[in-house]
Amino acid sequence: MPRVSALDMPDVPMGQLPEHLQLQRTRVVCKADAPIHTEAIQYSGAYASMGVDNSLRLESFCKNFKIEVIRLTEDEMEFDMIGIDASLANAFRRILIAEVPTMAIEKVLMVNNTSVIADEVLAHRLGLIPLNADPRLFEYLLENDSPNERNTIVYKLDVSCRKGGPRMTVKSDQLKWLPNGSELEMEPPNQSAKPKSYTSFSCSQDSMPEFSKKPLGMKHEDIIIAKLGPGQAIELEAHAVKGIGKVHAKWSPVSTAWYRMLPEVVLLKDIKGDDAEKLVKKCPVNVFDIEDLGNGEKKATVSKPRACTLCRECIRGVNEELVELRRVKDHFIFTIESAGALPPEVLFTEAVKILEDKCDRVISELS
Amino acid sequence: MGAEDDPSASLKTLAAPVKSAVDKFQLLPAFLKVRGLVKQHIDSFNYFINHDIKKIMKANDRLVCRYDPDLCLRYTNIYVEEPSVDMDFSVEKLTPHLCRLSDRTYAAPIKVDIEYTKGNQANKKPEIKRGLVIGRLPIMLRSCRCVLSGKDEAELAKLGECPLDPGGYFIVKGTEKVILIQEQLSKNRIIIDTDSKGRVTASVTSSTHETKSKTVFFIDKDKIYLQLNQFIKPIPIMVIMRAMGMESDQEIVQMVGRDPRYGTLLLPSLQECASERIYTQQQALEYLDGKVGSANSARSGNRKEGLARAILLDVFLANVPVNQGNFRPKCIYASVMLRRMMDAILNADTFDDKDYVGNKRLELSGQLISLLFEDLFKSMNSFALELLNRAYEHASRSSPLDFVHYIKQDYITNGLEKSIATGNWDVKRFKMHRKGVSQVLSRLSFIGALGSMTRISPQFEKTRKVSGPRALQPSQWGMLCPCDTPEGEACGLTKNLALMTHVTTDEEEGPLISLCHSLGVQDLALLSAEELHAPGSFLVIFNGLILGKHRQPQRFANAMRKLRRSGKIGEFVSIFVNEKQHCVYVASDGGRVCRPLVIADKGISRIKEHHMKELRDGVRSFDDFLRDGLVEYLDVNEENNALIALYEYENDKDDSEKEKDDVKRSSITHIEIEPFTILGVCAGLIPYPHHNQSPRNTYQCAMGKQAMGNIGYNQLSRADTLLYLLVYPQRPLLTTKTIELVGYDKLGGGQNATVAVMSYSGYDIEDAIVMNKSSLDRGFGRCIAMKKYTVVKETYSNGTSDAIVRSNKEKVGSNMQILDDDGIAAPGEIVRNHDVLVNKFTPRNTRDRVSRDIDYKEAPSKYKGPEGETTVIDRVILSSDTNDKLSIKFIVRHTRRPEVGDKFSSRHGQKGVCGTIVQQEDFPFSERGICPDLIMNPHGFPSRMTIGKMIELLGGKAGVSCGRFHYGSAFGEPSGHADKVEDISYTLVKHGFSYSGKDFIYSGITGYPLQAYIFMGPIYYQKLKHMVLDKMHARAKGPRVMLTRQPTEGRSRDGGLRLGEMERDCLIAYGASMMIFERLMLSSDPYQVQVCRQCGLLGYYNHKLKAAFCSMCKNGDNISTMKLPYACKLLFQELQSMNVVPRLKLTEA
Repeated sequence: MPRVSALDMPDVPMGQLPEHLQLQRTRVVCKADAPIHTEAIQYSGAYASMGVDNSLRLESFCKNFKIEVIRLTEDEMEFDMIGIDASLANAFRRILIAEVPTMAIEKVLMVNNTSVIADEVLAHRLGLIPLNADPRLFEYLLENDSPNERNTIVYKLDVSCRKGGPRMTVKSDQLKWLPNGSELEMEPPNQSAKPKSYTSFSCSQDSMPEFSKKPLGMKHEDIIIAKLGPGQAIELEAHAVKGIGKVHAKWSPVSTAWYRMLPEVVLLKDIKGDDAEKLVKKCPVNVFDIEDLGNGEKKATVSKPRACTLCRECIRGVNEELVELRRVKDHFIFTIESAGALPPEVLFTEAVKILEDKCDRVISELS
Repeated sequence: MGAEDDPSASLKTLAAPVKSAVDKFQLLPAFLKVRGLVKQHIDSFNYFINHDIKKIMKANDRLVCRYDPDLCLRYTNIYVEEPSVDMDFSVEKLTPHLCRLSDRTYAAPIKVDIEYTKGNQANKKPEIKRGLVIGRLPIMLRSCRCVLSGKDEAELAKLGECPLDPGGYFIVKGTEKVILIQEQLSKNRIIIDTDSKGRVTASVTSSTHETKSKTVFFIDKDKIYLQLNQFIKPIPIMVIMRAMGMESDQEIVQMVGRDPRYGTLLLPSLQECASERIYTQQQALEYLDGKVGSANSARSGNRKEGLARAILLDVFLANVPVNQGNFRPKCIYASVMLRRMMDAILNADTFDDKDYVGNKRLELSGQLISLLFEDLFKSMNSFALELLNRAYEHASRSSPLDFVHYIKQDYITNGLEKSIATGNWDVKRFKMHRKGVSQVLSRLSFIGALGSMTRISPQFEKTRKVSGPRALQPSQWGMLCPCDTPEGEACGLTKNLALMTHVTTDEEEGPLISLCHSLGVQDLALLSAEELHAPGSFLVIFNGLILGKHRQPQRFANAMRKLRRSGKIGEFVSIFVNEKQHCVYVASDGGRVCRPLVIADKGISRIKEHHMKELRDGVRSFDDFLRDGLVEYLDVNEENNALIALYEYENDKDDSEKEKDDVKRSSITHIEIEPFTILGVCAGLIPYPHHNQSPRNTYQCAMGKQAMGNIGYNQLSRADTLLYLLVYPQRPLLTTKTIELVGYDKLGGGQNATVAVMSYSGYDIEDAIVMNKSSLDRGFGRCIAMKKYTVVKETYSNGTSDAIVRSNKEKVGSNMQILDDDGIAAPGEIVRNHDVLVNKFTPRNTRDRVSRDIDYKEAPSKYKGPEGETTVIDRVILSSDTNDKLSIKFIVRHTRRPEVGDKFSSRHGQKGVCGTIVQQEDFPFSERGICPDLIMNPHGFPSRMTIGKMIELLGGKAGVSCGRFHYGSAFGEPSGHADKVEDISYTLVKHGFSYSGKDFIYSGITGYPLQAYIFMGPIYYQKLKHMVLDKMHARAKGPRVMLTRQPTEGRSRDGGLRLGEMERDCLIAYGASMMIFERLMLSSDPYQVQVCRQCGLLGYYNHKLKAAFCSMCKNGDNISTMKLPYACKLLFQELQSMNVVPRLKLTEA
């Protein structure tokens, strides 16, 4: 008998991977002890011997790539990103966290602070307050720049607690925007010189068309900054500048941004009767449901695989594998929780733009 | 009793479905309100102020002039007032916080009422003077004389005091001092032991108000001897017995016991006595007179007669009182000692264990101060008397002699203050020289402060390499914490009190003795030697003193206990029936450790649900429980008569299970209140300590004291030399009951960090942790370090003083930028290295009297701190110190964020440094978007076996997902004070987590899932005080020591890094000779010398003549120059100064 490779057997379809390999390629299988096949197979010729091309083609990517928005609120967005590799999805996540710029308070000029909270701690707290300012309308404050209306927002906090009165809480709404820039004067180098303020605004910010409609306030009005006892006072000026989350988390535009792969729950066998009910009960997020087959017989079905949190209760301590939990490798459920400066959908497009810029830069560097 | 009081309630409880057990936890907070923690310090101090001080006064209340017996003084009363200070002829009340800030002593005047006669007065009618101040006593905070006692939270806040601060310490010269609890072998008790030579000994350390002595009996070559310091040689015991009037051998043997075995053992001793030809008391005393040490005989002026009798009366077994020369009680006491020795020889089991906690007494601050005060009071009196006597001799008699003038207050004030400040207890009267009795209260963390107050300092010196005293004693159960002991040399010797321990104070003996007699104790005086050890009768021993015997010991004990439970006698009196020794020990002395236990009748707890309800409703207090006989205190000895169950038997247990238990339910006499109270304060912080390997708990006990956090509500108004605070401290997600009891949930010492147990980046080996940069940005592990700098405006003997002058700020680049208009740095200013804090000028001439135009020189006080760090002046405090000089205190604040190398630890003895700090986007994240705050390497677990940490993680995770704080009290699972892992897992599953706490994690770098589920959840992490910023050090060029010209040593002096012997060896072995030369010579202290080739000594170079010269040879002919280390040249010269001549022989020159 002539020797024939198993792959050349007539029942092996060319141009298509056998089932188990296809599973390995497209799914992460979450076994009870550990997930397997977590990485994607990157090499384009990995399945060449089977006549399968594993390369990524732009046309097919363009054809298959899809985004479906599941949920969109003011601060939060959940969308499905389908047909993309984890490395790219991750790139968006990383850029969202660390590289999309926002405005945040960077410099605090302390005039008076008699509260219990130390100057540095107060400044740190102020820095973390999300500002309702579109960073796209601002420029970075570079090292030798002087702060002006294009790169700096100035806020003022001047609160005091009346003597003999009750204690008071200073909240973020007490930070007042100063569209004309700093009101504090620098100590003049000599007496004859005209006193200069800490910023050099050429015009008032609220006269600029971008800001005239939308004042540059706080995103949340109820963030506690400090508490004052009777007779204590805080007077300060805070200068916000543009920056990115890589430098400090206060510039990160998102509370967090993450994705998870689409869960896929597969019943390997028909589960009927009591076993089915047991299985339904096991799952805390109701992934399974019961289908009435008529004549009193019940069968377990997977009704909401998307809800699966991978608690692995359904596969815990079972001898026979009835359920398999999988993750689809190229389907990402992406969630962006915006910190407030920009709406989440804008953040994502910003992230895409940044990635685009990076690619352009690489290409231009190479050519 | 309480149960029978209310029939309806008991009926209701009967009708109610059978509950497994009554939750007795509420007893604990009620107990801690009245006793426990640091209350023993306060109790003992209160006892000293209210009772002991009066006793001391009564014992020394008469002062009589040597020359005129009519001239005398009598103390009638003594009392301690509230703390105050005399300020410019007015009395001002002191508050503790004022004392802390202004370096004062928190002390109160001791006042006495006296009756005295004045010299050369016509009528010798005694005058009465009330309220004479004899000195100032440092007052313990929260004691009954402290202004803080009985104040509520608002009032404490007004006084600047933290309501959670337990008190129990002193403030001496502005520093807080704790007097450590001192552990000692119990006084006045017979201890049977073997000495270093393996001889059986019976020793009694007698301690009365008058004398302290140690009496030792030992057996040498079958014969028994007495060893007493007053006798130069060991004395045969029979001689002593004879000297005390026991002339009949038969009576002696009868007294020891009729068992023929005792007789056999006594025979050699009796024979020895006979061979010395001593048969009568007279002969024995004469023999003893010859053996009295020279020191004693010298004192009484070489009159040896009667000396031995005096020694036998006063020194030998000094704790046994002698009435009118009646030696009978001492004879009996000695015979009991002999009997116990014989028992020990016959049966090795009857040796006493010195490490047994029942044989130990804890000396608390009240007793220690009382010792000191007694000594000082006596000295003060004798000093006053001495002055008076001298004045009587010299008096011109123009003014009447007045006792009051000679009583100097400073004596007691300074004596007490000095001892507490230095910790040196020197009482010459009792030959007591103890160091380190008091310690500075560590205010690094709240727990550290509490921990140092429950610490017990050991009786042995630390260097002894013995295992016995260091081992964990079974009798320690419930009294001393099994975990909390330091590592290293003091391991096992320094101990800590457990949560519910109370240390007793002395109690009045008289009524108890008469009570014993009325309960049927036959008096010793009425007993013949034969009757003493009659079978079936037990000796009754009260505080080490033999009272008599009782025929029905159990009945006697029961009667006593009943009286105690009904509150007729003190609750701390212990009654212990020792079946082995046929003795009933009744103890009411101070220093015994005891703890409360629930009384059970045949295994059924006397505390019923309605009692607990009354407690919860606030109708019942802990003292009511005591008074109603539901709870009682047992000391270590009495615990031996009790059978204590951990939990009440459960009624629904079926019979087969009951049979399995090895004790009968009916024999149980007591039930523990809560099992986690066997741990102390520090170990009580650990969640699930019973799941950890035991050393880990010990490590955590040491580390919890170094953790940063809040130290008190008044932390920002304190002026400690060094203070570390956490910016955002948190309450642990996984708490224990102890945490809530001591207030750690209000003054936390760490933060709840989300921890992923996985390996990451390789910067996590050796317990290093990887931290999330964004977490740090958001404030994780941020801390404030506050340091105090003090500048004193000095005044000098010639009346001049320093001047603080306003500076000329305008000078650009000067280091005086931060000065205010008064020449003192202003608060809120950023201060850098070498900035001037105070622009101070000192007068050039401080000795001679200067009229005016004082010539000043600049002496600015500069700030010294780390270069490149921005520190801020937090506060400036101007106050006058004890010498009325102006002292300016600067509190300098530095806020730090964690950096690589900072030390962190969980609560399970798992410390680690920060290995690297990683961006958040590179950190792994879970399916829910959770990103850990730090990553810990899983290799930390297998060898440490800290399962408790894993359960903490699970419990914390369940806690955050269901919104309830979970508990992890020690041994708390059966009583519901610790959540079971099963329940935690159930909660986790309910909220969609894996039961095992392991999550599906995506790598933040690649974006793909990790090939393992990661154990992730919150763990409480402590930031420890060891920070890189305080330790890092490097130098190139720098300062040198004047004498040797070598680089200075140590970080604080910007010292060089030493190339030591071993490093030198390496270089030699490697052959890097030029390297060695460079390091040891050029980089250290090179020096050029002139050597005279002729005499080999060092010459010098005369720069004027430009010629080298040898001062030995008086010429410069044979001089060559060479290089050698300056230290070498110095050595030669030092040798020369000692008449050793080192000569250099140069081969090449």
